[in-house]
Amino acid sequence: MAGDIVLEVRDLRKYFPIRRSASEVLGGRRRFVKAVDGVSFSVRKGEIFGLIGESGCGKTTTGKLVMKLHRPTGGSILFEGKDSTQLSRGELERYRRRVQMIFQDPYASMNPRFKIREVLEEPLVIHRIGVNRRERDDLIMQALAEVKLTPVGDYMGRFPHMLSGGQRQRAATARTLILSPALLVADEPVSMIDLSTRAEILAMMKDVQKEFGLSYLYITHDLSTARYFTDRIAVMYLGRIVEIGTPDDVVDHPVHPYTRALISAVCEPVSGKVKVIKDLPIKGEIPSAANIPRGCRFHPRCIFAKPECVDQPEPELAEARPGHQAACRRWREIPPV
Amino acid sequence: MGNAVVEVKDLSLHYFTSKGPVRAVDGVSFDLLRGETLGIVGESGCGKTTMGVALLNMPTPPGRIVGGQIIVDGTDIVPLSDREVRKSIRWEKVSMVFQGAMNCLTPVYTVGKQMTETLQRHKPMSRAEAENTIARYLALVGLPREIVRRYPHELSGGMKQRVVIATALFLEPQVVILDEPTTALDVIVQAQIINVIKDLKRTLDLSLIFITHDLATEAEVADRILVMYAGKVAEIAANEQVYAAPPCHPYTKRLLAATPRLHAKVNELSFIPGTPPDLLEPPAGCRFRPRCDEAYARCEEEPPLREIAPGHLAACWRCV
Repeated sequence: MAGDIVLEVRDLRKYFPIRRSASEVLGGRRRFVKAVDGVSFSVRKGEIFGLIGESGCGKTTTGKLVMKLHRPTGGSILFEGKDSTQLSRGELERYRRRVQMIFQDPYASMNPRFKIREVLEEPLVIHRIGVNRRERDDLIMQALAEVKLTPVGDYMGRFPHMLSGGQRQRAATARTLILSPALLVADEPVSMIDLSTRAEILAMMKDVQKEFGLSYLYITHDLSTARYFTDRIAVMYLGRIVEIGTPDDVVDHPVHPYTRALISAVCEPVSGKVKVIKDLPIKGEIPSAANIPRGCRFHPRCIFAKPECVDQPEPELAEARPGHQAACRRWREIPPV
Repeated sequence: MGNAVVEVKDLSLHYFTSKGPVRAVDGVSFDLLRGETLGIVGESGCGKTTMGVALLNMPTPPGRIVGGQIIVDGTDIVPLSDREVRKSIRWEKVSMVFQGAMNCLTPVYTVGKQMTETLQRHKPMSRAEAENTIARYLALVGLPREIVRRYPHELSGGMKQRVVIATALFLEPQVVILDEPTTALDVIVQAQIINVIKDLKRTLDLSLIFITHDLATEAEVADRILVMYAGKVAEIAANEQVYAAPPCHPYTKRLLAATPRLHAKVNELSFIPGTPPDLLEPPAGCRFRPRCDEAYARCEEEPPLREIAPGHLAACWRCV
């Protein structure tokens, strides 16, 4: 794997303002939902980087910030070495072409009045690729062949509603490939696809990734597919990354108490625990991102928390093993899994 | 079998659309034993939800039960009128938590008001009595009494799901059907809800039908698994017969192989090529045949559901 970095995210923040009461307005107080609160990671060329977490942890907001669908409150996003917030018009157009997205809902991400040919032609027209219709058609057919929507001629004239969920995700992938991107942001691309075909779509995505040397930012709540699909995993909790490492490190040797809880909660298709109530190593429910706990933000739910976890400042990511980092002050003291 | 709470015999429920009948449930037979959790698994469109609704004798139009029997406590409920079903069966003996029910709470009323309304509609009782009953059921699902004053938007997904489960238990049913009760929830909340369900089953001595598309969840909750494919039963087997030993039906095998495992390192996940058949015109013979890699000449004839080992039934010519 090449060491060069495609995407670098540094101390990224996104705060959404909350509607204030009259007294708060008069008192000049502001409140925010801190959806993303200091996230740093980098994606290498040809790497599949997984961003994992429960709903509300900020993983989708992070993806949208990378897509430039939101303006960050703080921090920076460097794509191929350039800060994405300081681009000239020409550079911005290039950014929009080189960074593409596959959406979660294949039923809502295509214009129902467009045929598949038009769905794929639109980005070409916008980016002025291909001088005439024939040239564009060639590109469209090539892209459809890449995602195995064959015979290509059959699919070009179909409307999205005539395709299954899996076929639509293939078409959505073709729509991104047609612009020769460097980075694909895939936000839960298979969560709405039937289980029997989920693996087929992931395998197709992996194939095109290898063939074109693409990098993926794969956003999901599903640890099981992430383990199989990604090269590295970052686990997010309440707007911050709490652990980063290879899938084997994170799943087999989790360090952070949150990651441990997450892993212990996953159901496995293995027999023998029907009568047993699972003992989950976590307390309570996820707090609101408008009111993030003091100290380590995980402390109210952590079964290993000590007063120091509340009193001392938030722990930063620190190396637990080579290439495996976690943001827990006490990880050495708590029993290994 | 003597200790079956529900016996389903050759049940068919078709949806009569303008294009013809869609055979969503087509000749399904099984028993639900007292005190067990039966898991119904299958892909979307295989008829698992329709199966659940059929057990309440409450088909959604244009659906109609066209044949078969559903014997609850010795009475066949299929020929009963809607009034009779409502009086003595639905919610009283058999109750259901619908898929996405937690998102169907009214946003404009407090949780307590909605629960009281449901309770008083079925059982005439004073306000104080209702409050006590509600508090008792809330405690069973692990929620504090104070929650009755809150509005649905003030609750998390897990809390709403608990409210919905508590409401389904009001009339002390013997059988509860849960349709995808954990699907839209986060992993940790999902595990918590599964714990609540197991706990309720034990304390209230319930028999459960747990409908989901996910074989991994089923491994955790179901004593026996019923695999549905294209409106028919493919296989019925005990938990260990599916997960500990390899299952017999090729569809179950492929579905299990397509279910990702967290703790097994694999390079390739397998999948099932093709899509389930259109139930307007299901293929003749075995319905899985077009997608099956073990199909042979005999599969053109429809395989019956046969017992291949004690308590293990499969509808496949390859299973002996």
